[in-house]
Amino acid sequence: MKLDSKIPQGSVDTKWTQYKSSVSLVNPANKRSLHVIVVGTGLAGASAAATLAEMGYKVSAFCFQDSPRRAHSIAAQGGINAAKNYQNDGDSVYRLFYDTIKGGDYRAREANVHRLAEVSTNIIDQCVAQGVPFAREYGGTLSNRSFGGTQVQRTFYAAGQTGQQLLLGAYSALERQVGLGNVTMYSRHEMVEVVKIDGKARGIIARDLVSGKLERHFGHAVLLCTGGYGNVFYLSTNAMGSNVTAAWKAHRAGALFGNPCFTQIHPTCIPVSGHYQSKLTLMSESLRNDGRIWVPKKKDDNRQPNDIPEDERDYYLERRYPAFGNLVPRDIASRAAKERCDAGYGVGTTKMAVYLDFKYNMINKYGRTEASKRGIQNPSEDVLLELGKEIAKEKYGNLFDMYKQITAEDPYEVPMKIYPAVHYTMGGLWVDYELQTTVPGLYALGEANFSDHGANRLGASALMQGLADGYFIIPYTLGSYLSKEIHTKPISTDHEAFVEAEKKVSDRINQLMGIQGKRTVESYHRELGKIMWDKCGMARNEKGLKEAIDEIRALREDFYKNVRIPGSVDEFNPELDKAGRVADFLELGELMCWDALNRNESCGGHFREEYQTEEGEALRDDENFKNVFAWEYKENNQWELHKEELNYENIKIQQRSYK
Amino acid sequence: MNINLKVWRQRNQNSEGRFEEYKVQASPDMSFLEMFDVLNEQLIEDGNDPIAFDHDCREGICGMCSMVINGRPHGPKQGVTTCQLHMRSFSEGDTIVVEPWRANAFPVIKDLSVNRGAFDRIIASGGYVSVNTGNAVDANSILIPKEVADEAFEAATCIGCGACVSACKNASAMLFVGAKVTQLSMLPQGQPERQARVVAMVNQMDAEGFGACTNTGACAAECPKQIPLSVIANLNREYYKAKLNGK
Repeated sequence: MKLDSKIPQGSVDTKWTQYKSSVSLVNPANKRSLHVIVVGTGLAGASAAATLAEMGYKVSAFCFQDSPRRAHSIAAQGGINAAKNYQNDGDSVYRLFYDTIKGGDYRAREANVHRLAEVSTNIIDQCVAQGVPFAREYGGTLSNRSFGGTQVQRTFYAAGQTGQQLLLGAYSALERQVGLGNVTMYSRHEMVEVVKIDGKARGIIARDLVSGKLERHFGHAVLLCTGGYGNVFYLSTNAMGSNVTAAWKAHRAGALFGNPCFTQIHPTCIPVSGHYQSKLTLMSESLRNDGRIWVPKKKDDNRQPNDIPEDERDYYLERRYPAFGNLVPRDIASRAAKERCDAGYGVGTTKMAVYLDFKYNMINKYGRTEASKRGIQNPSEDVLLELGKEIAKEKYGNLFDMYKQITAEDPYEVPMKIYPAVHYTMGGLWVDYELQTTVPGLYALGEANFSDHGANRLGASALMQGLADGYFIIPYTLGSYLSKEIHTKPISTDHEAFVEAEKKVSDRINQLMGIQGKRTVESYHRELGKIMWDKCGMARNEKGLKEAIDEIRALREDFYKNVRIPGSVDEFNPELDKAGRVADFLELGELMCWDALNRNESCGGHFREEYQTEEGEALRDDENFKNVFAWEYKENNQWELHKEELNYENIKIQQRSYK
Repeated sequence: MNINLKVWRQRNQNSEGRFEEYKVQASPDMSFLEMFDVLNEQLIEDGNDPIAFDHDCREGICGMCSMVINGRPHGPKQGVTTCQLHMRSFSEGDTIVVEPWRANAFPVIKDLSVNRGAFDRIIASGGYVSVNTGNAVDANSILIPKEVADEAFEAATCIGCGACVSACKNASAMLFVGAKVTQLSMLPQGQPERQARVVAMVNQMDAEGFGACTNTGACAAECPKQIPLSVIANLNREYYKAKLNGK
């Protein structure tokens, strides 16, 4: 198979403009007879469904939650990047483009990333127009803050609830189209199969999760906006329901899977506290604007953090990376935390945590500014701290509250304890410049695709990419395909392809229900997660990956012999839903290990212990791996590897340095 | 810790429900939902039907979790959702009663899961700014005073969980509707549709079968995002203004 990325000709800064002015259009009358299926209603799905409906297409949108407003984009905390340069600090489209490519450790496509940087500014305008209440300065202008891997302030935010506000904006646009009759919304529905006719995606089989009924839905095109697959690790910051099922069915139906092992481990999460733990909670990267990360200089130092004097603390990020300090990219911050804990300097009962401490900046940054604003002369440290706490509350109040709620410790008084956790997957369905997978008519948007973040995503870029894909990219690129489909009449769902696809699904469900073994679905998921975290997590090596593959295969085999799913098929049965998702994770996990095993280099979040510099940094091999791994599914969990070479014409590849 | 549970079990929307009792071993650092996970694993292993309940993000923002715990939506603590409630808020040997949201407009799907589609339909009736993608002007061309932006944001933090409806003896949705109306009526972007919006949303709210507001304030007291009661006053004000203008 020859992979065609369809990157337009011309210089990188004119490609998208050129593309937009030359792509085929669909006239308004024809749009009304074209039907688009959108699966998933997070930032990418809701924005795509709303925008396509505004343009005149007929849209059916699906989500497994009880309302489209609950998609996991809602939980994004810190912010969204845009090259507005409102701070006059030297930002530009080129810089955002450059930072993203470098942040991704030179494993993303230049043309895609440049386009993302270009449309970033439109996103902010659109969201403000919808009434998204971003944080503002006293003069009424929008406020910005910094995120990791950048030296400018380009992140727009709404307290620690930016994802919520952006998603509610996109959701309101979506509901407006529902009200106007242009979108039909199917909540509590899960996509369980892609229907292909003559090689093209022509619809889906969806399962109504309340009645258990299988439904056939026709579409001239199918858009998968179904998010990432971090839950393959069981414990992650993803929502409980986040899953790979839609993307995996697409993969098995012929869509290649790109860079599956590229996983983002986020450095600042609340550490695991017990075996019953069901998920991990993120503490936003924005906290690293004002929080300093440290561990004691002494091993097994059991003093309370506030009792450890300044000169006995190791601010290891500031020490190792003076240029970026606490704001190094996520992969680097995570590995550095792991390094300290593995070396025996970790804190807390499990010793698998580091401190994130706000005291210094509460006193020196915010306290002093407030004191001088209020005309307080020679304030004491206590006064400064109290003043600083007020500002910290304004900036991060909800995060501090959440931390206190979960851990029963007050971060205004003692440093937070944090540890890295699985957060995002850069890998996903392989798509070309038009966001089309290798199955014609089947598209992947947002986290579900592999495209823009390379081997490591920078903070505040996921929201940007989801909305870029949905609001500003797919509305153009879909026209390129649909303009050739205007003669395709709606295909009856009695067509044999629909009948066969539905039968395949119902056989699969009956097989699962028929096992009636002894073990719960949850127990398999937990075991898979442990294999993945131990052997395909923050650090990987050849031996561990090979073991993991064997263990996953054995676990999968056991699953199909011993899993117990209660209840019946034709009722609301969350255990059955979960079983289907875990079954897919059990296949994906193996592919991730193969991907990691074949990529004999370290880059971004993919750290192979065999390939590191003397200082313990990721050691890339650009000669052999300056490419995308795109895996084609063959029968019975066998895959064929294809490669897409990456060309860097605008950015000079170098060893990534944040020192 | 040993916990006794009385949980509402109901097979589906049309069947009769009843309380059933369970015993579960919990740890103080467990979240309330993790305690339910442990119980469900036990039930499945023993060949029984696990308890259906809604949940997703488990960090208090998606609005999916929805349990009435000892008579209070989201339990005894102020400003938290069920998923953020931890067992350390309870004591050894406690008996805890768990029910679904109770409101005609939120029919039970199974056990503790209810259908909150009515909220989506209220938003679809007018809870938006009609601006198609591509129509926006530069974001800083409209200045919004910080205080206004902050107050709009406070109203916009509603997670649409429905605790307000569940807490209200009339199952009124005024806090939910008031929050969205307040957010959009404060911002310059919301002005063109300000009056039509409030009338449409109130009409839809009534059509869905939510009750009237009698100002007891239970909604605001139980709201996990602490949306203030003042959004209801604002909703009334906006509604009367629109009506006086013949909308």
